[in-house]
Amino acid sequence: MLAGSGAGLQIGKSLGRMLDKQRNAVASLGPNTQIMTEISSVPGTLAPLSDRRDRALVPVVDIRAAEKIFSNGMRGLAPIDLTVRRGEFLTLIGPSGCGKSTLLKLIAHLIQPSSGDLSWWGQDFSHVGEPERRIAFVFQDATLMPWSRVDANVRLPLDLAQVKMDEAVPRVAAALENVNLTKFARSFPRQLSGGMRMRVSIARALVTDPDLLLMDEPFGALDEFTRNKLDDDLLRLSSERGLTTIFVTHSLYEAVFLSTRVIVMAANPGRIFGEFIVDESEPRGDEFRTSDRFAQLSRGLSEMLNRASVAGSSAM
Amino acid sequence: MAQEKLTRTLAPVVVGILLLAVWQGGCRLGHVPVYLFPAPSDIAQSFVKQWPLLVRALWTTLAITLEAFVISVVLGTLIAFVFVQNKLIEQSLFPYAVLLQVTPVVAVAPLIIILVKNTNVSLTICATLVAIFPMISNTTIGLRSVDPGLSSFFKMSKASRFDTLVRLRIPSALPFFLAGLRISSGLALIGAVVAEFVAGTGGQSAGLAYQILQAGFQLDIPLMFAALLLIALSGVLLYMLMVALSRALLGQWHESSMTEEA
Repeated sequence: MLAGSGAGLQIGKSLGRMLDKQRNAVASLGPNTQIMTEISSVPGTLAPLSDRRDRALVPVVDIRAAEKIFSNGMRGLAPIDLTVRRGEFLTLIGPSGCGKSTLLKLIAHLIQPSSGDLSWWGQDFSHVGEPERRIAFVFQDATLMPWSRVDANVRLPLDLAQVKMDEAVPRVAAALENVNLTKFARSFPRQLSGGMRMRVSIARALVTDPDLLLMDEPFGALDEFTRNKLDDDLLRLSSERGLTTIFVTHSLYEAVFLSTRVIVMAANPGRIFGEFIVDESEPRGDEFRTSDRFAQLSRGLSEMLNRASVAGSSAM
Repeated sequence: MAQEKLTRTLAPVVVGILLLAVWQGGCRLGHVPVYLFPAPSDIAQSFVKQWPLLVRALWTTLAITLEAFVISVVLGTLIAFVFVQNKLIEQSLFPYAVLLQVTPVVAVAPLIIILVKNTNVSLTICATLVAIFPMISNTTIGLRSVDPGLSSFFKMSKASRFDTLVRLRIPSALPFFLAGLRISSGLALIGAVVAEFVAGTGGQSAGLAYQILQAGFQLDIPLMFAALLLIALSGVLLYMLMVALSRALLGQWHESSMTEEA
């Protein structure tokens, strides 16, 4: 559904031209796609709100020349432009220090850019959390409340949003069902394995029925078998719900398996090096993981990562 | 499993009985005079004979201990909350809290007893001075030791200050707070006893420390032992109460109170 149109698998582009071609924009958008993309790619301005705008055409996240300089003077991110479209599974990958976590935190509004603009669904962050503008975050570790049982942990975002108990309880049950943890609803987090805790964390993210899911190396600490299993679950859940996902990982195989588009980043300073389209239809499963095509895509991404790594170590 | 539990309770009891038997036998066989070192039976006799006096003294000491403990918990927690609101407040006030902690209560007590007319009040103040510090420092550490990931999660969810406090900061601080309670309850008792020693108050509301002093003057060594025993038992009781409270509040989630491996 989200497959790109071109035959080219690998599109390495210079930073400024990043936004010009949104090859993997949702296929059913119709003829307006091209126009809107071009308007929105004028640097430094936001797309004008026109009446004929289709909700699907407004980028979920639009980043314009966002730069992050830390308080110690370190330049975490060079000015970055990035547009995330609805329904994308976007992965940020790159060597350590390339600013991928920083970029994700900017998108999550956990840190503010030193300069430049970000918009969410065409508006500022104050509108995030409204219906159809919900963001959920999954961290590197499960970050569960150790004093609460699994069901109360999953219910937390609903409690914070003042959702009534009789509405919240069935939603929590459904979220736990989704990650196959119904039996463990009354357990405490410390009684679960690492992979199960991560699934609780995912259930907590999905219980709010988010439109944008941000994940910061969520499965980095898990063994490969568990990670593959959770990748499968994640892909199923995100395509079932038409989620837009931004995912940070160290694993290029995970990036190839999950993504519709991979953003390769380089360090010194953190910046976007290029992008890589994974032109493979869904559903993806073990067959895809073991296919020649997967190996071929992985090799392509690996080559780009190597170039990014070289660029990051020699630049400036 | 049940047998293991039985052994665990029974073993110290058996040791206790053996020690008492050796003590009793040694005193009797060696003809040790009662005014030098009383046998357990002498102490028991003194217990029975002086029971009304001892109960009154126990009650006086316990009342001061509990007052000081409650004040320490309430005041110490409030101060900790003020400390975590603002780094500047903590930095400017914390040295004085330390100053209070390191000054021996025996040295301060005479001054307080002179300054405050009511003996009970001055004793409570002395005991509070000893007991409050662990409450302040532990609760402060606890309120600061919030998991940064959870903290980000609350921030991202646009949680209110109240929700963040009740759902995140207070539960995070709870294990530290309860550890503070354990230390503080013991210190309140020690503070009360020490202050009584310094004050040396007599009359109707004389506490256990005063009874020990008096018994010392009159060479009533069995009474001294009896009073000492009551102080020790009160300390153990307080400690056990605090452990039970910890267990009730943390038992299922925190390592410090886990009874078995989950």
